[in-house]
Amino acid sequence: MSVKLTKEMLSALPDNRGHFGVFGGRFVSETLMDSLMTLEREYLRLKEDPDFQAAFDKDLAHYVGRPSPLYFAERLTRETGGAQIWLKREDLNHTGAHKVNNTIGQALLAAFLGKKRIIAETGAGQHGVATATVCARLGLECHVFMGAEDVQRQALNVYRMKLLGAQVHAVESGTRTLKDAMNDAMRDWVSNVDDTFYIIGTVAGPHPYPLLVRDFQAVIGRETRQQSLDQAGKLPDALVACVGGGSNAIGMFYPFLTDESVELYGVEAGGLGIESGQHAAPLCAGRPGVLHGNRTYLMEDENGQIAGTHSVSAGLDYPGVGPEHSWLKDVGRANYVSVTDEEALDGFRTLTRVEGIMPALESSHAVAYALKLAAGMDKDQMVVINVSGRGDKDIHTIAQLDGIEI
Amino acid sequence: MSRIEQVLQTLKGQGRKALIPYITAGDPHPDRTVELMHTLVSAGADIIELGVPFSDPMADGPVIAQACERALSHGTSLRQVIAMVKEFRKTDNETPVVLMGYLNPMEAMGYEAFADAAADAGVDGILTVDLPPEEAEDVAPLFSARNLDPIFLLAPTTTDDRISAISEHSSGYVYYVSFKGVTGAAKINVEEVAEKVGHIHALTALPVGVGFGIRDAETAAAVGRVSDGVIVGSVLVDTIARNQADTDQLKRALTDLLHPMREALDSLAS
Repeated sequence: MSVKLTKEMLSALPDNRGHFGVFGGRFVSETLMDSLMTLEREYLRLKEDPDFQAAFDKDLAHYVGRPSPLYFAERLTRETGGAQIWLKREDLNHTGAHKVNNTIGQALLAAFLGKKRIIAETGAGQHGVATATVCARLGLECHVFMGAEDVQRQALNVYRMKLLGAQVHAVESGTRTLKDAMNDAMRDWVSNVDDTFYIIGTVAGPHPYPLLVRDFQAVIGRETRQQSLDQAGKLPDALVACVGGGSNAIGMFYPFLTDESVELYGVEAGGLGIESGQHAAPLCAGRPGVLHGNRTYLMEDENGQIAGTHSVSAGLDYPGVGPEHSWLKDVGRANYVSVTDEEALDGFRTLTRVEGIMPALESSHAVAYALKLAAGMDKDQMVVINVSGRGDKDIHTIAQLDGIEI
Repeated sequence: MSRIEQVLQTLKGQGRKALIPYITAGDPHPDRTVELMHTLVSAGADIIELGVPFSDPMADGPVIAQACERALSHGTSLRQVIAMVKEFRKTDNETPVVLMGYLNPMEAMGYEAFADAAADAGVDGILTVDLPPEEAEDVAPLFSARNLDPIFLLAPTTTDDRISAISEHSSGYVYYVSFKGVTGAAKINVEEVAEKVGHIHALTALPVGVGFGIRDAETAAAVGRVSDGVIVGSVLVDTIARNQADTDQLKRALTDLLHPMREALDSLAS
């Protein structure tokens, strides 16, 4: 089932209670409701405030370094032998990933709301670093919750956060990964709700987070659209982005949703293979449920307990996904696919060797799928990969897989 | 009139306050939950809140989160919890049982199937931590239609408009969360609770139970003085964790904890 989306349809989403069709919403304990409603009211006001938008745009230009380039990967295109492959270089942003677009926006919101204490959850550490960075710049107290397993596999980012002045809290409960970090961040928030702003790192969580994070990340797609017209003289035929919570993907997709000719591919973490059950691909292999404040596709067992996930990439190791993606899947506007750990590592090696660009393991999932996709397309067609982050943070993981100690 | 309403009305007629203990079903083992429920009643419970374990209990502190992990390590499911209530009802047809938990296990079972099974087993109320009334428009009527009281939370941050609206969606009682925090934190401020509960009483005719932070006879009495009932959770669950090896010792420990609270509450009777 696929529908043609119109601007009118999109402007009605989410509805005033944060629903994208049956997905989204606000499923939290009562203590947080007042804060969420205040945040929603203030955000909707500031969204229309030219001063707020000007401050956001200025920071994106002069602090983040936007616009990020749209780069034609000529040699990769030749080697793949199909459609033209272009790269949206979010890896070149300050702090090395798309995450900072959102933390800049939310830190501005926190400042407007007068909150002095910031909390965040993080998986791979990119969102934690991006949050610690904006807190350092604005002189805000920063606490980052990170699963103990992720603290281990992303030691470099943990140290970066500490250098930036953040306190990193290793979360030992549950599966000791991103979902448990989010649980503890929620627990901290409910305990310190008066003075604390929770900077959620992805398009999940209770309304209005999926809305405002998408709005802050949509700069990726707006730039890509204009750059495609300027540099290639046309819109791309396909966009490919990795999906964990889904913020880089929704940021890329959103400005193209009404462009029917543009195919959208969200690439989930297939881990050891969907059939193994060891993956993090709720859109490909899960079902709708409620977690972390919203209704969305989840990985869960038959009793509604959230399932453990596996991915080589900490940033995709999450059992849920942003509710707008769930909606885009069900209406058929976007395609959700998966690649395995091994395919993602191949994607990492290929892009590194052929173009001299080292993508994050998360982004490597998009690279791997796009290479397969482009190979089957015509030479006059155009695929854009969102290189959502750089791979420096993953060097240890990759060396370890190669049996090398560094 | 529901079993919860009856019990609370009777207590009110006697000038007494409700003692409402919480334990997590399946902790320390699913085979022992029904026995522990009977122990709670013998020790003075008026209503039991039976926790449905969830893998991601975001509103709970470490004590109840670990109880969920213990229960889930034995595979305790929502269906099994409902079966425990059915077993409990074989010998206790008086004490109301409220299932307290998170939404996703109910959603996975299917709301109608859940409501049918819960009503059939003799469950009396449903308290879903992550389900505010705004999202309960389809679900709450399924409960009410089966004489299951939908019980919602009120918090220190709840505005007057919301107190009124939430109370309209509730029956049985409303559960006032005494402080901004997770279960098991020791942050209760009795004066603040008294002020807010007095305010809630002015906005709704429903009985007000107060939970979070009640850990002994003293705090139970202080909160009982200003509310219609006290809900005691983490301190019981912690007692279960520390005495799980020996069932008799565990039952004694739970009784030793609850009984003084019962007496302290009854000493308030006017």
